[in-house]
Amino acid sequence: MAAVTILSTTGLTKSYGGVVANNDIDFTLPAGQIMALIGPNGAGKSTFVGMLCGRISATAGKVYFDGEDVSHLPAHKRISLGIAYTFQITSIFAGLSIHENVALAVRRRLGNASAQVEEKVAEVLERVGLSDRAQQRAGDLSYGHQRILEIAMGLAQEPRLFILDEPTQGLAETEIEEFIALVKSLAGEATILLIEHNMDVVMKTADYITVFNFGEILAEGTPMEIRDNEAVQAAYLGTAQDA
Amino acid sequence: MTDTRRSQALHAGVILLLIALFFVLPAYHVGNLARILVLAVYAMGYNLLFGYTGLLSLGHALFFAAGMYGLGMTMQFFDLDPATAFGSGLIAALVVSAVVGFLALRTSGVAFMIVTLMFAQAGYLTILYFGEYTRGDEGFVIQQAERVFAGFDLTGPTERYVAALLLFSVCFSLIAYIVQSPFGRSLVAIRENEERAKMLGYDVVRHKLKAVIISGVMSGAAGAGYALLFGYAGATFATVQYSILPLLWVLLGGAGVTIGPLIGTAFMFYLIDYSSSITTAYMLVAGVVLVLLTLFAPQGLAGEIRKRALPWLP
Repeated sequence: MAAVTILSTTGLTKSYGGVVANNDIDFTLPAGQIMALIGPNGAGKSTFVGMLCGRISATAGKVYFDGEDVSHLPAHKRISLGIAYTFQITSIFAGLSIHENVALAVRRRLGNASAQVEEKVAEVLERVGLSDRAQQRAGDLSYGHQRILEIAMGLAQEPRLFILDEPTQGLAETEIEEFIALVKSLAGEATILLIEHNMDVVMKTADYITVFNFGEILAEGTPMEIRDNEAVQAAYLGTAQDA
Repeated sequence: MTDTRRSQALHAGVILLLIALFFVLPAYHVGNLARILVLAVYAMGYNLLFGYTGLLSLGHALFFAAGMYGLGMTMQFFDLDPATAFGSGLIAALVVSAVVGFLALRTSGVAFMIVTLMFAQAGYLTILYFGEYTRGDEGFVIQQAERVFAGFDLTGPTERYVAALLLFSVCFSLIAYIVQSPFGRSLVAIRENEERAKMLGYDVVRHKLKAVIISGVMSGAAGAGYALLFGYAGATFATVQYSILPLLWVLLGGAGVTIGPLIGTAFMFYLIDYSSSITTAYMLVAGVVLVLLTLFAPQGLAGEIRKRALPWLP
Protein backbone atom coordinates (compact mmCIF):
# COMPACT_ATOMS: atom_id res chain seq x y z
CA MET A 1 0.00 0.00 0.00
CA ALA A 2 1.44 3.33 -1.01
CA ALA A 3 1.49 5.62 2.01
CA VAL A 4 0.01 9.09 1.69
CA THR A 5 2.69 11.75 1.97
CA ILE A 6 1.82 14.50 4.42
CA LEU A 7 4.98 16.53 4.06
CA SER A 8 7.78 16.67 1.58
CA THR A 9 10.55 19.00 0.55
CA THR A 10 12.51 19.38 -2.66
CA GLY A 11 15.89 21.04 -2.82
CA LEU A 12 15.39 22.79 0.51
CA THR A 13 18.43 24.94 1.24
CA LYS A 14 19.37 27.48 3.88
CA SER A 15 22.58 29.42 3.87
CA TYR A 16 23.67 32.07 6.32
CA GLY A 17 26.15 34.12 4.37
CA GLY A 18 28.72 31.55 3.32
CA VAL A 19 27.62 28.90 5.80
CA VAL A 20 25.24 26.35 4.36
CA ALA A 21 23.06 25.06 7.21
CA ASN A 22 20.87 22.91 4.99
CA ASN A 23 21.93 21.83 1.54
CA ASP A 24 19.46 20.72 -1.11
CA ILE A 25 17.33 18.47 1.06
CA ASP A 26 14.75 16.17 -0.50
CA PHE A 27 12.65 14.70 2.25
CA THR A 28 9.40 12.77 2.43
CA LEU A 29 7.25 12.10 5.47
CA PRO A 30 4.42 9.58 5.09
CA ALA A 31 1.19 10.35 6.97
CA GLY A 32 0.77 8.59 10.31
CA GLN A 33 4.44 7.89 10.83
CA ILE A 34 6.56 8.74 13.84
CA MET A 35 9.78 9.95 12.32
CA ALA A 36 12.84 10.88 14.31
CA LEU A 37 15.46 13.34 13.09
CA ILE A 38 18.82 12.70 14.65
CA GLY A 39 22.33 13.95 14.06
CA PRO A 40 25.20 15.65 15.85
CA ASN A 41 24.89 19.20 17.16
CA GLY A 42 24.95 21.73 14.37
CA ALA A 43 23.85 19.20 11.77
CA GLY A 44 20.98 21.47 10.70
CA LYS A 45 18.00 19.68 12.23
CA SER A 46 16.43 22.71 13.89
CA THR A 47 17.02 24.84 10.81
CA PHE A 48 15.31 22.18 8.75
CA VAL A 49 12.14 21.99 10.87
CA GLY A 50 12.21 25.78 11.18
CA MET A 51 11.90 25.96 7.42
CA LEU A 52 9.14 23.37 7.42
CA CYS A 53 6.88 25.41 9.66
CA GLY A 54 7.92 28.79 8.28
CA ARG A 55 9.84 30.22 11.23
CA ILE A 56 12.95 30.37 9.11
CA SER A 57 12.73 31.40 5.49
CA ALA A 58 14.36 29.05 3.04
CA THR A 59 17.11 30.27 0.71
CA ALA A 60 15.90 27.88 -1.97
CA GLY A 61 13.65 24.88 -2.42
CA LYS A 62 10.03 23.99 -1.78
CA VAL A 63 7.93 22.64 1.06
CA TYR A 64 4.75 20.68 0.35
CA PHE A 65 2.19 20.02 3.04
CA ASP A 66 -0.64 17.66 2.22
CA GLY A 67 0.16 17.97 -1.48
CA GLU A 68 0.03 21.78 -1.49
CA ASP A 69 3.03 24.01 -2.01
CA VAL A 70 3.26 26.01 1.22
CA SER A 71 6.69 27.53 0.55
CA HIS A 72 5.26 31.05 0.17
CA LEU A 73 3.03 30.89 3.27
CA PRO A 74 3.99 32.68 6.50
CA ALA A 75 4.36 30.60 9.66
CA HIS A 76 0.92 31.30 11.13
CA LYS A 77 -0.81 30.16 7.93
CA ARG A 78 1.13 26.91 7.84
CA ILE A 79 0.27 26.32 11.49
CA SER A 80 -3.41 26.84 10.77
CA LEU A 81 -3.23 24.20 8.04
CA GLY A 82 -2.61 21.66 10.80
CA ILE A 83 1.02 21.84 11.86
CA ALA A 84 1.94 22.21 15.52
CA TYR A 85 5.43 23.10 16.66
CA THR A 86 7.17 22.97 20.02
CA PHE A 87 10.32 24.99 20.54
CA GLN A 88 13.71 23.55 21.44
CA ILE A 89 13.96 26.17 24.18
CA THR A 90 10.70 26.07 26.12
CA SER A 91 8.39 28.79 24.93
CA ILE A 92 5.16 29.25 26.86
CA PHE A 93 3.14 32.20 28.13
CA ALA A 94 4.88 32.33 31.49
CA GLY A 95 2.71 35.10 32.93
CA LEU A 96 -0.60 33.38 32.17
CA SER A 97 -2.30 30.44 33.82
CA ILE A 98 -1.79 26.92 32.53
CA HIS A 99 -5.44 26.84 31.57
CA GLU A 100 -5.06 30.03 29.52
CA ASN A 101 -1.93 28.70 27.82
CA VAL A 102 -3.82 25.70 26.51
CA ALA A 103 -6.99 27.72 25.86
CA LEU A 104 -5.02 30.05 23.57
CA ALA A 105 -3.96 27.05 21.53
CA VAL A 106 -7.53 25.75 21.35
CA ARG A 107 -9.19 29.11 20.68
CA ARG A 108 -7.23 29.82 17.54
CA ARG A 109 -9.12 26.90 16.01
CA LEU A 110 -12.49 27.00 17.79
CA GLY A 111 -12.75 30.77 18.28
CA ASN A 112 -15.76 31.94 20.24
CA ALA A 113 -17.35 28.58 21.06
CA SER A 114 -16.49 28.81 24.75
CA ALA A 115 -18.16 25.57 25.87
CA GLN A 116 -16.22 23.55 23.32
CA VAL A 117 -13.02 25.40 24.20
CA GLU A 118 -13.46 24.56 27.89
CA GLU A 119 -14.16 20.93 27.06
CA LYS A 120 -11.07 20.60 24.88
CA VAL A 121 -8.82 22.35 27.41
CA ALA A 122 -10.02 20.02 30.17
CA GLU A 123 -9.46 17.00 27.93
CA VAL A 124 -5.91 18.01 27.02
CA LEU A 125 -4.92 18.89 30.59
CA GLU A 126 -6.29 15.55 31.74
CA ARG A 127 -4.32 13.73 29.11
CA VAL A 128 -0.97 15.23 30.10
CA GLY A 129 -1.75 15.17 33.82
CA LEU A 130 -1.82 18.90 34.52
CA SER A 131 -5.53 19.16 35.44
CA ASP A 132 -4.98 19.87 39.11
CA ARG A 133 -2.63 22.76 38.31
CA ALA A 134 -4.85 24.46 35.74
CA GLN A 135 -5.07 27.79 37.56
CA GLN A 136 -1.39 27.98 38.45
CA ARG A 137 0.84 30.50 36.70
CA ALA A 138 2.72 28.70 33.92
CA GLY A 139 6.02 30.39 34.81
CA ASP A 140 5.84 28.85 38.30
CA LEU A 141 5.86 25.30 36.97
CA SER A 142 8.97 23.15 37.18
CA TYR A 143 11.01 22.94 34.01
CA GLY A 144 9.73 19.45 33.23
CA HIS A 145 6.13 20.52 33.61
CA GLN A 146 6.72 23.53 31.40
CA ARG A 147 7.89 21.22 28.65
CA ILE A 148 4.83 19.04 29.18
CA LEU A 149 2.67 22.17 28.98
CA GLU A 150 4.21 23.10 25.68
CA ILE A 151 3.43 19.64 24.34
CA ALA A 152 -0.12 20.05 25.66
CA MET A 153 -0.41 23.28 23.68
CA GLY A 154 0.59 21.32 20.61
CA LEU A 155 -1.97 18.58 21.31
CA ALA A 156 -4.67 21.20 21.87
CA GLN A 157 -4.34 22.25 18.26
CA GLU A 158 -5.22 18.73 17.09
CA PRO A 159 -2.45 18.91 14.52
CA ARG A 160 -2.09 16.60 11.57
CA LEU A 161 1.66 17.06 11.77
CA PHE A 162 3.30 17.57 15.14
CA ILE A 163 6.90 18.80 15.10
CA LEU A 164 8.75 18.39 18.39
CA ASP A 165 12.19 19.95 18.71
CA GLU A 166 14.09 18.07 21.42
CA PRO A 167 11.09 17.59 23.68
CA THR A 168 12.84 15.46 26.30
CA GLN A 169 15.79 17.79 26.81
CA GLY A 170 16.10 18.40 30.54
CA LEU A 171 13.36 15.97 31.56
CA ALA A 172 13.83 13.50 34.40
CA GLU A 173 13.81 9.74 33.71
CA THR A 174 10.22 9.25 34.88
CA GLU A 175 9.06 12.21 32.83
CA ILE A 176 10.78 10.74 29.77
CA GLU A 177 8.89 7.47 30.27
CA GLU A 178 5.62 9.43 30.41
CA PHE A 179 6.61 11.32 27.30
CA ILE A 180 7.29 8.09 25.40
CA ALA A 181 3.88 6.78 26.39
CA LEU A 182 2.27 10.04 25.28
CA VAL A 183 3.94 9.98 21.87
CA LYS A 184 2.96 6.36 21.35
CA SER A 185 -0.64 7.14 22.25
CA LEU A 186 -0.64 9.76 19.49
CA ALA A 187 0.13 7.18 16.82
CA GLY A 188 -2.77 7.13 14.42
CA GLU A 189 -3.92 10.63 15.41
CA ALA A 190 -1.06 12.67 14.08
CA THR A 191 2.11 12.35 12.10
CA ILE A 192 5.06 13.13 14.33
CA LEU A 193 8.40 14.58 13.44
CA LEU A 194 10.71 14.37 16.40
CA ILE A 195 14.15 15.90 16.81
CA GLU A 196 15.75 13.94 19.58
CA HIS A 197 19.15 13.29 21.08
CA ASN A 198 18.07 10.66 23.58
CA MET A 199 18.58 7.44 21.59
CA ASP A 200 16.49 5.46 24.03
CA VAL A 201 13.49 7.66 23.22
CA VAL A 202 14.21 7.43 19.51
CA MET A 203 14.47 3.65 19.53
CA LYS A 204 11.30 3.26 21.57
CA THR A 205 9.11 5.63 19.59
CA ALA A 206 10.29 6.08 16.03
CA ASP A 207 9.05 4.05 13.08
CA TYR A 208 11.67 5.57 10.87
CA ILE A 209 14.80 7.62 11.37
CA THR A 210 16.44 10.28 9.26
CA VAL A 211 20.03 11.19 10.12
CA PHE A 212 21.40 14.66 9.44
CA ASN A 213 25.04 15.53 9.20
CA PHE A 214 26.66 18.73 7.93
CA GLY A 215 23.31 20.02 6.65
CA GLU A 216 22.58 16.99 4.54
CA ILE A 217 20.71 13.75 4.96
CA LEU A 218 23.30 11.13 5.82
CA ALA A 219 21.05 8.11 6.12
CA GLU A 220 17.42 7.05 6.35
CA GLY A 221 15.91 3.82 7.57
CA THR A 222 14.23 1.89 10.32
CA PRO A 223 15.77 2.06 13.80
CA MET A 224 17.47 -1.28 13.21
CA GLU A 225 19.00 -0.23 9.93
CA ILE A 226 20.24 3.04 11.39
CA ARG A 227 21.78 1.36 14.38
CA ASP A 228 23.84 -0.86 12.10
CA ASN A 229 24.77 1.89 9.66
CA GLU A 230 28.51 2.54 9.71
CA ALA A 231 28.33 6.07 8.34
CA VAL A 232 25.98 7.03 11.17
CA GLN A 233 28.28 5.52 13.75
CA ALA A 234 31.16 7.43 12.27
CA ALA A 235 29.25 10.72 12.36
CA TYR A 236 28.31 10.19 15.97
CA LEU A 237 31.64 8.86 17.15
CA GLY A 238 33.56 11.40 15.14
CA THR A 239 35.82 8.98 13.28
CA ALA A 240 36.77 9.97 9.77
CA GLN A 241 34.61 8.10 7.28
CA ASP A 242 37.28 7.51 4.69
CA ALA A 243 40.12 6.69 6.99
CA MET B 1 -19.89 33.98 41.03
CA THR B 2 -17.94 33.37 37.82
CA ASP B 3 -15.17 35.72 36.77
CA THR B 4 -17.27 37.00 33.89
CA ARG B 5 -20.12 37.90 36.24
CA ARG B 6 -17.75 39.56 38.67
CA SER B 7 -16.27 41.60 35.87
CA GLN B 8 -19.71 42.67 34.63
CA ALA B 9 -20.67 43.66 38.16
CA LEU B 10 -17.46 45.64 38.56
CA HIS B 11 -17.85 47.59 35.33
CA ALA B 12 -21.53 48.32 35.92
CA GLY B 13 -20.65 49.26 39.49
CA VAL B 14 -18.02 51.79 38.38
CA ILE B 15 -20.51 53.44 36.02
CA LEU B 16 -23.19 53.55 38.74
CA LEU B 17 -20.66 55.06 41.13
CA LEU B 18 -19.84 57.77 38.61
CA ILE B 19 -23.56 58.55 38.27
CA ALA B 20 -23.90 58.73 42.04
CA LEU B 21 -20.86 61.01 42.35
CA PHE B 22 -22.60 63.56 40.18
CA PHE B 23 -25.27 64.00 42.85
CA VAL B 24 -22.90 63.89 45.79
CA LEU B 25 -19.91 65.95 44.72
CA PRO B 26 -19.76 69.75 44.77
CA ALA B 27 -19.84 71.55 41.40
CA TYR B 28 -16.08 72.10 41.30
CA HIS B 29 -15.34 68.39 41.51
CA VAL B 30 -18.09 67.48 39.06
CA GLY B 31 -16.36 69.75 36.55
CA ASN B 32 -13.03 68.07 37.28
CA LEU B 33 -14.54 64.65 36.98
CA ALA B 34 -15.98 65.42 33.54
CA ARG B 35 -12.48 66.31 32.40
CA ILE B 36 -11.01 63.21 34.07
CA LEU B 37 -13.55 60.97 32.37
CA VAL B 38 -12.69 62.28 28.91
CA LEU B 39 -8.96 61.97 29.58
CA ALA B 40 -9.53 58.48 31.00
CA VAL B 41 -11.00 57.50 27.62
CA TYR B 42 -7.69 58.58 26.11
CA ALA B 43 -5.84 56.50 28.71
CA MET B 44 -8.07 53.47 28.07
CA GLY B 45 -7.29 53.65 24.37
CA TYR B 46 -3.61 53.82 25.25
CA ASN B 47 -3.95 50.93 27.70
CA LEU B 48 -5.32 48.59 25.05
CA LEU B 49 -2.12 48.98 23.05
CA PHE B 50 0.40 49.35 25.87
CA GLY B 51 -1.14 47.36 28.71
CA TYR B 52 -2.72 44.53 26.76
CA THR B 53 -0.74 44.26 23.51
CA GLY B 54 2.61 45.28 24.94
CA LEU B 55 3.31 47.97 22.34
CA LEU B 56 4.75 51.15 23.81
CA SER B 57 3.79 54.09 21.60
CA LEU B 58 5.19 57.55 22.16
CA GLY B 59 2.95 59.09 19.53
CA HIS B 60 -0.59 58.81 20.77
CA ALA B 61 -0.99 62.59 20.89
CA LEU B 62 -1.25 62.31 17.11
CA PHE B 63 -4.43 60.23 17.42
CA PHE B 64 -5.83 62.47 20.15
CA ALA B 65 -5.16 65.51 17.97
CA ALA B 66 -6.60 63.79 14.89
CA GLY B 67 -9.90 63.39 16.74
CA MET B 68 -9.71 66.88 18.13
CA TYR B 69 -9.03 68.58 14.80
CA GLY B 70 -11.30 66.18 12.92
CA LEU B 71 -14.12 67.57 15.02
CA GLY B 72 -12.90 71.14 15.45
CA MET B 73 -12.01 71.89 11.84
CA THR B 74 -15.20 70.45 10.40
CA MET B 75 -17.29 72.44 12.87
CA GLN B 76 -15.27 75.56 12.11
CA PHE B 77 -15.22 75.38 8.35
CA PHE B 78 -18.20 73.25 7.35
CA ASP B 79 -20.58 74.14 10.17
CA LEU B 80 -21.24 70.49 10.91
CA ASP B 81 -23.46 69.68 13.87
CA PRO B 82 -21.63 68.21 16.88
CA ALA B 83 -22.64 64.58 16.22
CA THR B 84 -21.52 64.58 12.59
CA ALA B 85 -18.35 66.46 13.52
CA PHE B 86 -17.66 63.87 16.23
CA GLY B 87 -18.04 61.22 13.55
CA SER B 88 -15.53 62.97 11.34
CA GLY B 89 -13.14 63.15 14.32
CA LEU B 90 -13.40 59.37 14.65
CA ILE B 91 -12.80 58.90 10.93
CA ALA B 92 -9.75 61.18 11.04
CA ALA B 93 -8.32 59.13 13.93
CA LEU B 94 -9.16 55.89 12.11
CA VAL B 95 -7.32 56.91 8.95
CA VAL B 96 -4.30 58.30 10.80
CA SER B 97 -3.96 55.27 13.08
CA ALA B 98 -4.35 52.83 10.20
CA VAL B 99 -1.57 54.54 8.24
CA VAL B 100 0.73 54.97 11.24
CA GLY B 101 0.04 51.42 12.42
CA PHE B 102 0.70 49.94 9.00
CA LEU B 103 4.06 51.66 8.77
CA ALA B 104 5.19 51.64 12.41
CA LEU B 105 4.41 47.95 12.97
CA ARG B 106 7.25 47.05 10.64
CA THR B 107 9.38 47.86 13.65
CA SER B 108 9.23 46.68 17.25
CA GLY B 109 10.54 47.62 20.68
CA VAL B 110 12.57 50.80 20.87
CA ALA B 111 12.30 51.38 17.13
CA PHE B 112 8.50 51.32 17.44
CA MET B 113 8.69 53.98 20.16
CA ILE B 114 10.89 56.20 18.03
CA VAL B 115 8.86 55.77 14.85
CA THR B 116 5.58 56.59 16.61
CA LEU B 117 7.23 59.57 18.30
CA MET B 118 8.46 60.83 14.93
CA PHE B 119 5.04 60.46 13.33
CA ALA B 120 3.51 62.43 16.17
CA GLN B 121 6.14 65.17 15.83
CA ALA B 122 5.46 65.30 12.11
CA GLY B 123 1.76 65.65 12.90
CA TYR B 124 2.43 68.45 15.37
CA LEU B 125 4.58 70.32 12.86
CA THR B 126 1.91 69.84 10.21
CA ILE B 127 -0.63 71.52 12.48
CA LEU B 128 1.77 74.43 12.97
CA TYR B 129 2.57 74.62 9.27
CA PHE B 130 -1.09 75.02 8.39
CA GLY B 131 -1.48 77.61 11.15
CA GLU B 132 -3.65 79.74 8.90
CA TYR B 133 -6.41 77.17 9.28
CA THR B 134 -5.51 75.43 12.54
CA ARG B 135 -4.48 78.58 14.43
CA GLY B 136 -1.36 76.67 15.49
CA ASP B 137 -0.26 76.97 19.11
CA GLU B 138 -2.82 79.59 19.81
CA GLY B 139 -5.62 77.22 18.85
CA PHE B 140 -9.23 78.15 18.38
CA VAL B 141 -12.32 78.26 20.50
CA ILE B 142 -15.42 76.33 19.56
CA GLN B 143 -18.21 78.77 20.30
CA GLN B 144 -20.86 78.00 22.85
CA ALA B 145 -23.61 78.40 20.25
CA GLU B 146 -22.11 75.61 18.16
CA ARG B 147 -21.84 73.19 21.05
CA VAL B 148 -25.55 72.49 21.23
CA PHE B 149 -26.62 69.02 20.33
CA ALA B 150 -30.27 67.99 19.96
CA GLY B 151 -31.35 70.78 22.28
CA PHE B 152 -28.67 70.01 24.89
CA ASP B 153 -26.23 72.79 25.57
CA LEU B 154 -23.01 70.85 26.15
CA THR B 155 -21.47 73.83 27.92
CA GLY B 156 -23.83 73.40 30.87
CA PRO B 157 -22.20 71.50 33.78
CA THR B 158 -24.92 68.84 33.92
CA GLU B 159 -25.04 68.25 30.17
CA ARG B 160 -21.28 68.19 30.01
CA TYR B 161 -21.01 65.63 32.78
CA VAL B 162 -23.68 63.45 31.18
CA ALA B 163 -21.95 63.60 27.82
CA ALA B 164 -18.54 62.81 29.35
CA LEU B 165 -19.99 59.94 31.35
CA LEU B 166 -21.73 58.58 28.27
CA LEU B 167 -18.52 58.65 26.23
CA PHE B 168 -16.61 57.06 29.11
CA SER B 169 -19.20 54.34 29.72
CA VAL B 170 -19.33 53.30 26.08
CA CYS B 171 -15.54 53.07 25.83
CA PHE B 172 -15.19 51.43 29.27
CA SER B 173 -17.72 48.72 28.40
CA LEU B 174 -16.16 48.24 24.99
CA ILE B 175 -12.69 47.75 26.50
CA ALA B 176 -14.09 45.33 29.10
CA TYR B 177 -15.71 43.36 26.31
CA ILE B 178 -12.66 43.38 24.03
CA VAL B 179 -10.10 42.28 26.60
CA GLN B 180 -12.21 39.30 27.64
CA SER B 181 -12.98 38.24 24.08
CA PRO B 182 -10.80 35.73 22.21
CA PHE B 183 -9.33 38.68 20.30
CA GLY B 184 -8.32 40.45 23.51
CA ARG B 185 -6.85 37.26 24.94
CA SER B 186 -4.75 36.81 21.85
CA LEU B 187 -3.45 40.38 22.27
CA VAL B 188 -2.31 39.41 25.76
CA ALA B 189 -0.69 36.31 24.26
CA ILE B 190 1.24 38.54 21.86
CA ARG B 191 2.32 40.74 24.76
CA GLU B 192 3.50 37.72 26.75
CA ASN B 193 5.30 35.83 23.99
CA GLU B 194 4.92 36.99 20.42
CA GLU B 195 6.90 34.14 18.86
CA ARG B 196 4.78 31.53 20.65
CA ALA B 197 1.57 33.29 19.61
CA LYS B 198 2.72 33.24 16.01
CA MET B 199 3.61 29.55 16.25
CA LEU B 200 0.14 28.81 17.60
CA GLY B 201 -1.14 30.11 14.29
CA TYR B 202 -2.14 33.65 15.26
CA ASP B 203 -1.65 36.34 12.64
CA VAL B 204 0.23 38.64 15.01
CA VAL B 205 0.77 41.45 12.52
CA ARG B 206 -2.93 41.73 11.79
CA HIS B 207 -3.82 41.53 15.47
CA LYS B 208 -1.37 44.29 16.32
CA LEU B 209 -2.66 46.50 13.51
CA LYS B 210 -6.22 46.04 14.78
CA ALA B 211 -5.07 46.95 18.26
CA VAL B 212 -3.37 50.13 17.01
CA ILE B 213 -6.52 51.15 15.14
CA ILE B 214 -8.93 50.51 18.03
CA SER B 215 -6.53 52.27 20.38
CA GLY B 216 -6.11 55.17 17.96
CA VAL B 217 -9.84 55.61 17.36
CA MET B 218 -10.55 55.57 21.09
CA SER B 219 -7.83 58.19 21.65
CA GLY B 220 -9.38 60.18 18.82
CA ALA B 221 -12.80 59.90 20.46
CA ALA B 222 -11.27 61.38 23.59
CA GLY B 223 -9.69 64.21 21.58
CA ALA B 224 -12.97 64.99 19.80
CA GLY B 225 -14.88 64.78 23.08
CA TYR B 226 -12.40 67.08 24.78
CA ALA B 227 -12.69 69.73 22.06
CA LEU B 228 -16.47 69.50 22.06
CA LEU B 229 -17.00 69.56 25.82
CA PHE B 230 -14.33 72.09 26.72
CA GLY B 231 -14.64 74.21 23.61
CA TYR B 232 -11.03 74.43 22.51
CA ALA B 233 -8.67 72.85 20.02
CA GLY B 234 -4.97 73.70 19.90
CA ALA B 235 -1.59 72.35 18.82
CA THR B 236 -0.52 71.89 22.48
CA PHE B 237 -2.55 68.69 22.50
CA ALA B 238 -0.39 67.30 19.71
CA THR B 239 2.88 67.84 21.55
CA VAL B 240 5.00 65.04 22.94
CA GLN B 241 3.78 65.90 26.45
CA TYR B 242 0.35 64.62 25.49
CA SER B 243 1.88 61.38 24.28
CA ILE B 244 3.64 60.87 27.60
CA LEU B 245 0.63 61.68 29.78
CA PRO B 246 -1.48 58.63 28.88
CA LEU B 247 1.57 56.44 29.47
CA LEU B 248 1.93 57.94 32.96
CA TRP B 249 -1.77 57.60 33.74
CA VAL B 250 -1.76 53.97 32.65
CA LEU B 251 1.43 53.13 34.54
CA LEU B 252 0.10 54.73 37.71
CA GLY B 253 -3.35 53.22 37.47
CA GLY B 254 -2.27 49.79 36.34
CA ALA B 255 -1.34 48.67 32.83
CA GLY B 256 -3.40 45.82 31.49
CA VAL B 257 -6.25 46.35 33.96
CA THR B 258 -9.53 47.80 32.67
CA ILE B 259 -10.04 50.16 35.61
CA GLY B 260 -6.38 51.19 35.69
CA PRO B 261 -6.64 54.18 33.34
CA LEU B 262 -9.54 55.78 35.24
CA ILE B 263 -7.76 55.39 38.56
CA GLY B 264 -4.47 56.66 37.16
CA THR B 265 -6.00 59.67 35.44
CA ALA B 266 -8.01 60.69 38.51
CA PHE B 267 -5.04 60.15 40.80
CA MET B 268 -2.67 62.24 38.72
CA PHE B 269 -5.26 64.98 38.19
CA TYR B 270 -5.92 65.38 41.89
CA LEU B 271 -2.28 64.95 42.80
CA ILE B 272 -1.40 68.01 40.72
CA ASP B 273 -4.55 69.85 41.78
CA TYR B 274 -3.87 69.29 45.46
CA SER B 275 -0.11 69.82 45.45
CA SER B 276 -0.43 73.07 43.49
CA SER B 277 -2.72 74.38 46.23
CA ILE B 278 0.09 73.81 48.76
CA THR B 279 3.16 74.97 46.91
CA THR B 280 4.22 76.44 43.61
CA ALA B 281 6.75 73.60 43.36
CA TYR B 282 3.86 71.23 42.82
CA MET B 283 5.70 69.18 40.22
CA LEU B 284 8.24 68.33 42.91
CA VAL B 285 5.51 66.88 45.12
CA ALA B 286 4.00 65.06 42.18
CA GLY B 287 7.41 63.72 41.21
CA VAL B 288 8.13 62.35 44.68
CA VAL B 289 4.75 60.62 44.82
CA LEU B 290 5.32 59.11 41.39
CA VAL B 291 8.73 57.79 42.42
CA LEU B 292 7.25 56.27 45.58
CA LEU B 293 4.50 54.62 43.60
CA THR B 294 6.91 53.13 41.11
CA LEU B 295 8.96 51.80 44.00
CA PHE B 296 6.15 50.32 46.05
CA ALA B 297 3.45 49.62 43.48
CA PRO B 298 5.34 48.93 40.26
CA GLN B 299 2.26 47.43 38.65
CA GLY B 300 0.19 50.54 39.32
CA LEU B 301 -2.63 50.99 41.79
CA ALA B 302 -5.12 48.63 40.15
CA GLY B 303 -2.28 46.25 39.29
CA GLU B 304 -1.39 45.98 42.98
CA ILE B 305 -5.03 45.37 43.87
CA ARG B 306 -5.14 42.59 41.31
CA LYS B 307 -1.93 41.08 42.60
CA ARG B 308 -2.88 41.19 46.27
CA ALA B 309 -6.62 40.76 46.45
CA LEU B 310 -8.57 40.39 43.23
CA PRO B 311 -6.77 38.13 40.76
CA TRP B 312 -9.82 38.01 38.50
CA LEU B 313 -9.61 41.72 37.54
CA PRO B 314 -9.75 41.78 33.73
